[in-house]
Amino acid sequence: MVWYEHTYPVGVIPFAKVPLLGYQEFVNAVSEKIPQNCHCSNYFGIKNNDGIRFYCFLIDNDNKRILINSWNYGYYDAFVPESLTALFPMFHPFEREISEKYGIEFKNNPYDKPLRFPSDRYDKRSNSGNYPYYSVPGHLFHEVNVGPIHAGIIEPGVFRFVCNGEAIIHMEVVLGFQNRGMETLIRFTDNILKRICLSENIAGDSAVSHATSLCSLHEILGGVYPDPKIDIERTIAREMERIAMHIADASALCADVAYQIGEVSCEAIRTIAVNTFLKWCGNRFGKGLIRTGGTYYPINKEIINIIFGNITEIKKRYSLVGEDIMSEPSVLSRFEDCGIVDYKEVKAIGCVGMAARSSGLNRDIRSSLLFDQYKNHKPVIFTEGDVMARFKVRHYEILQSCDYILEMLSCLEPEGQNLSPVYSMSLQPDSLAFVFNESWRGELCHMAATDERGKLIHYKIKDPSLHNWYALSVCVRGEEISDFPICNKSFNLSYCGHDL
Amino acid sequence: MITKKIEILKEHGFQTIKKPSSVILPDRFRGRPEIKSGININIADIVCKICPAKAISLNPFSIDLGRCVFCGECERICPSYIRFTNDFKMASVSREALIVKEGDTEIDFCKGNIRPEINDIFKRTLKLRQVSAGGDNSSEMELNASTNVNFDIGRYGIDFVASPRHADGLVITGPITKNMSEALDNCYSCIPEPKVLILAGADAISGSLYGEDNKAVDRYFVKQHHIDLFIPGNPVHPLSFIYGCINTFNINQG
Repeated sequence: MVWYEHTYPVGVIPFAKVPLLGYQEFVNAVSEKIPQNCHCSNYFGIKNNDGIRFYCFLIDNDNKRILINSWNYGYYDAFVPESLTALFPMFHPFEREISEKYGIEFKNNPYDKPLRFPSDRYDKRSNSGNYPYYSVPGHLFHEVNVGPIHAGIIEPGVFRFVCNGEAIIHMEVVLGFQNRGMETLIRFTDNILKRICLSENIAGDSAVSHATSLCSLHEILGGVYPDPKIDIERTIAREMERIAMHIADASALCADVAYQIGEVSCEAIRTIAVNTFLKWCGNRFGKGLIRTGGTYYPINKEIINIIFGNITEIKKRYSLVGEDIMSEPSVLSRFEDCGIVDYKEVKAIGCVGMAARSSGLNRDIRSSLLFDQYKNHKPVIFTEGDVMARFKVRHYEILQSCDYILEMLSCLEPEGQNLSPVYSMSLQPDSLAFVFNESWRGELCHMAATDERGKLIHYKIKDPSLHNWYALSVCVRGEEISDFPICNKSFNLSYCGHDL
Repeated sequence: MITKKIEILKEHGFQTIKKPSSVILPDRFRGRPEIKSGININIADIVCKICPAKAISLNPFSIDLGRCVFCGECERICPSYIRFTNDFKMASVSREALIVKEGDTEIDFCKGNIRPEINDIFKRTLKLRQVSAGGDNSSEMELNASTNVNFDIGRYGIDFVASPRHADGLVITGPITKNMSEALDNCYSCIPEPKVLILAGADAISGSLYGEDNKAVDRYFVKQHHIDLFIPGNPVHPLSFIYGCINTFNINQG
């Protein structure tokens, strides 16, 4: 057996069941699958007694399943593995992470650069000061460095542009400034509440999605099965997060092209969405809502009425504003044909989520895997790949999420069994657990490995931004630097989700 | 086309909160906690152990808002002694004042501790530069929200600017990662004197969840400089931020 197959977005498998291949066999297996509409979802190493075992997770989008296999690099192995990035560019963040963390070099890797400068990196001399920037020789070209601190109230990262006159030839993104050692912190605490609180802070704008992933992972590893009602509540929260953040992005995009009616009305509509969270769970980002095994904030009749009223209001007001933005000539002239990434490029880069769906690539975990709550999900897809397409995907996803929430609320039983959270559980030993979720940015996954006593030996977080940052680099080629802000906002990728 | 815009503006109406200081937030909002005296020593021990941010100390029992992430777990364990109120007026010039003890019903702003050289000079205009050093983007979004149509901090002459050269002070969010420490130091040194330093959020004030022995975090900057204002929260609520700024800089609310 070359691949272990799994159909549900949540799963736990004993280590012994994961196929172990030689490196060349592994490369052949991956090379066979990637052209069949599969994409790499995660690829990371876990140290064991014999060396480091590397696990690879592919998503088979046509057959709706997860494919898993692995290969081992022994402590005394000296071979230099052939780079997969050279064959499939989508592997670059993963191979860069492996090289940075364990010092394993990949032969012929075209993008062999540090990823996030974690404190436990192999080469301690490597830092953001000596990053090997790409540069183009010749007197016609100049370089513009932006960051790590940017003009607005946003997170830090470096963008280095190589320009020919006004046109951007290439832009390189250097991140790692936000690295807080998140995976290590989660792994080395035994306090499950602390793990949940940390997961809510992985990326504060996706607090619900990250916390849901961590909690489902602990539930499946700990054998705690919460009420099915909890699943519906979490889905409602995740869709509400999608609505709030997509509207915030619409507002920011309008602000960047100086369309004030769009900006302020979206700001006000977003406030309704985040204040719904505030009334539901006491925090504007949904922190504190998701807990393992139960919740302190079950949806009761009163909360149903609040959410129902607010979502109806958001839907009514946003559909009007969104239509107006999409018919405003001064906005269209900036959004259309700006920052294009085409289908082939997003597919090669391995984009996920709304960035992929704006270029005609169907990457949506809600339809790629089997979820109870998304049985009839139809992903919103546009093919143009420009800023406008990314705006349109957001627009229709907001309306779609509103419909989902209203539908789920109507069939929710408010007088269900309400379980309190569980913080003490013994995790299944010698296993690898994984959870996939579609956050508003795209496919998000958390993975955990346990030793023979059920202690965590590895925790792996993958935010969709990890895949998508390179698409931003590609989309600004040929544009002017003045168009960079709207290109950047149209993706709105996470810095802290990437840096962890 | 134009009728659609008129309709939007009509629906939009007047959004700005007229008097931020008198807003009453929903009951579920977890703001300033209150502790009743007489908490059982065994229960206090349990609460102290489960607190993810190590914000609770025993003898005497207290909650340090400079560390607290407002998960509300302590309130769940002993609801008759600990209660998170919906009071957003959480900010202080003094770090010690953020430690809530038994019987406290407000956080002392410690106006007397404001440095005399910044007293009154920013009361008409205050331009701030924000630096995120490991912030999780929720604090950043809340600071952005304080400038939006609802909270409109601009009415007090407070504004966020792009260049540290144009700024009167620095707002730091996030626990200050090692990889950001140099850039943060550079940014601070570019701000002309007299300058103020504000820490927004529990992670900025103490490192909170990210801990002291974490090699990825470097708290040296905070130890080196005088901090003018501490605003707790995870993330900081825009109203807490407005409350803190108005009181520190004696801004006229008229």
